Amino acid sequence: MSDAILHAGNTIDHERDFRSPVTESLAVRAVLISLTFVLLALFLVLPLVSVFAEALRMGFGQYLATFSNADARAAIWLTLLVAAIAVPCNLVFGVAAAWAIAKYRFRGRAFLISLIDLPFSVSPVVAGLVYILLLGSNSVIGGFLLENFNVRIIFAVPGVVLATIFVTFPFIARELIPLMQEQGTSEEEASISLGANGWQTFWYVTLPNVKWALLYGVLLCNARAMGEFGAVSVLSGKLRGETVTMPLQVELFYNEYAAVAAFSLASVLAGLALVTLVIKSWLEWRYADQLASGVRGH
Amino acid sequence: MAQFRFREPSIIPGFRVTFGFTLFWLFLIVIIPILGIYYRTFELDWAGFTSIVTGQRFLAALRLSFGASLLAAMFNVVIGVLIAWVLVRYTFPGRRIVDAIVDLPFALPTAVAGIALTAIYAPNGWVGSLFAPHGIRIAYTPIGIWIALVFIGLPFVVRSVQPVLEDFSTEIEEASATLGASRLRTIVGVMLPTLLPAILTGFALAFARAVGEYGSVIFIAGNIPRQTEILPLLIVFRLEEFNYAGAAAIAAVMLTVSFLILLAINLIQSWTYRRFGNV
Repeated sequence: MSDAILHAGNTIDHERDFRSPVTESLAVRAVLISLTFVLLALFLVLPLVSVFAEALRMGFGQYLATFSNADARAAIWLTLLVAAIAVPCNLVFGVAAAWAIAKYRFRGRAFLISLIDLPFSVSPVVAGLVYILLLGSNSVIGGFLLENFNVRIIFAVPGVVLATIFVTFPFIARELIPLMQEQGTSEEEASISLGANGWQTFWYVTLPNVKWALLYGVLLCNARAMGEFGAVSVLSGKLRGETVTMPLQVELFYNEYAAVAAFSLASVLAGLALVTLVIKSWLEWRYADQLASGVRGH
Repeated sequence: MAQFRFREPSIIPGFRVTFGFTLFWLFLIVIIPILGIYYRTFELDWAGFTSIVTGQRFLAALRLSFGASLLAAMFNVVIGVLIAWVLVRYTFPGRRIVDAIVDLPFALPTAVAGIALTAIYAPNGWVGSLFAPHGIRIAYTPIGIWIALVFIGLPFVVRSVQPVLEDFSTEIEEASATLGASRLRTIVGVMLPTLLPAILTGFALAFARAVGEYGSVIFIAGNIPRQTEILPLLIVFRLEEFNYAGAAAIAAVMLTVSFLILLAINLIQSWTYRRFGNV
């Protein structure tokens, strides 16, 4: 009997001492997890919380007053308008590019993908500058448009739209291309062999296969389109009530020391970011198998 | 003899339309405007170009932009690898929320991040007021710029390292442990070399983003010439003076650097592919 007790005691001791060789001790794990929480709270959560705290500093009435300001309202409308133009443009481009790149094998595909990703590595300010140089009133094209058609692109709404299209250019294409490459072409080939035309094949075969990835791309594209600051700031000319989007109006309020108004408007954009993150996480969790593997963020 | 063929035959229709449209839109929106920068830079003669890129104000902004971006990307590597490790290897309450929060800098508009960071780190802000009594100013100094760049670059390292770490086979770690290596030695000597290409890619992405970043930096920077003035802001000032050629010259320098970084990332990835297969 004493043997049995001794044996049991040994087993317990042994289990307490045993640690998987492929993980760290409890203390190390606790320290690393706490460190992660502290770092993320300090660098990411604190700024987010401060937006709402600063917006509500003078009470809820002051917060709401921002949204009856005519400039703020015009900025909200312009932001919605710009996103409503830029996102569909990139949607059509993204689908066409993904079809051309993923459904055929031709030379230089990898290079073409790099070119599509190019706007990600260009500074937003440079993105704005390129259009000023190309379409400004002292350039050949810009001067021609202004003289003959009285059309202004730079320091007007078309410039804001162009800048937004540029910075959100790769979003949808880069979600679709890897997924459609993984899916291959056999289903489309079967559809064509059975007599469907190209359009039917896209609509009934390809699109259902990529719809969640498409939504994912649209979501990220829209968030960036509504939040873009640098490129739009260079091209807008900041005419109040005319070419000022929400992020630009935040800057104008802030530089006029109207801090509550700036943070109130910013809180709407922060809310948009939060909603985007929630939907994005939900898509990643629910439809992980229908998104391109390993593609996240950006 | 095999004939040169641009594309392999396929029964799927629509190549001409989609490929043609892709090229047309790509050239219209991206390629031609970017080439315009170099075209306008060549309007300057050599003396004009060198006087811009050797000007004191330009050099100070160049040093600040690249220096602060380098330090921020290096710090991002340290905390990014740590966060990726914790997210992949450990289970704890709230892990999914932490995972989602990492993408906040991608989703939050940069101007919003800019004014929020300024509010926190200003001398009367939540964090700034803790440092102000000790004579340490964060906002309106290069430290503030560094903090904004850390914020903006954080997700790049985490999201580069995370998938590689998820695919890492524990058998290799077990083999290392069985052969007598300590846990630290296994991590540093066995795992880190495999993660290195992903870490370098994340570093390069964070660095490239930081060099070009504008919205989140200009509010916290204070924008004092030669002290806290970043390169993108200098472009904006040149534009406000209608000095288009000067702006284009600075942009050409920045663009060339981003292309070199992009090339470096591609080289890292093709090297990884050759070395480790499909990682």
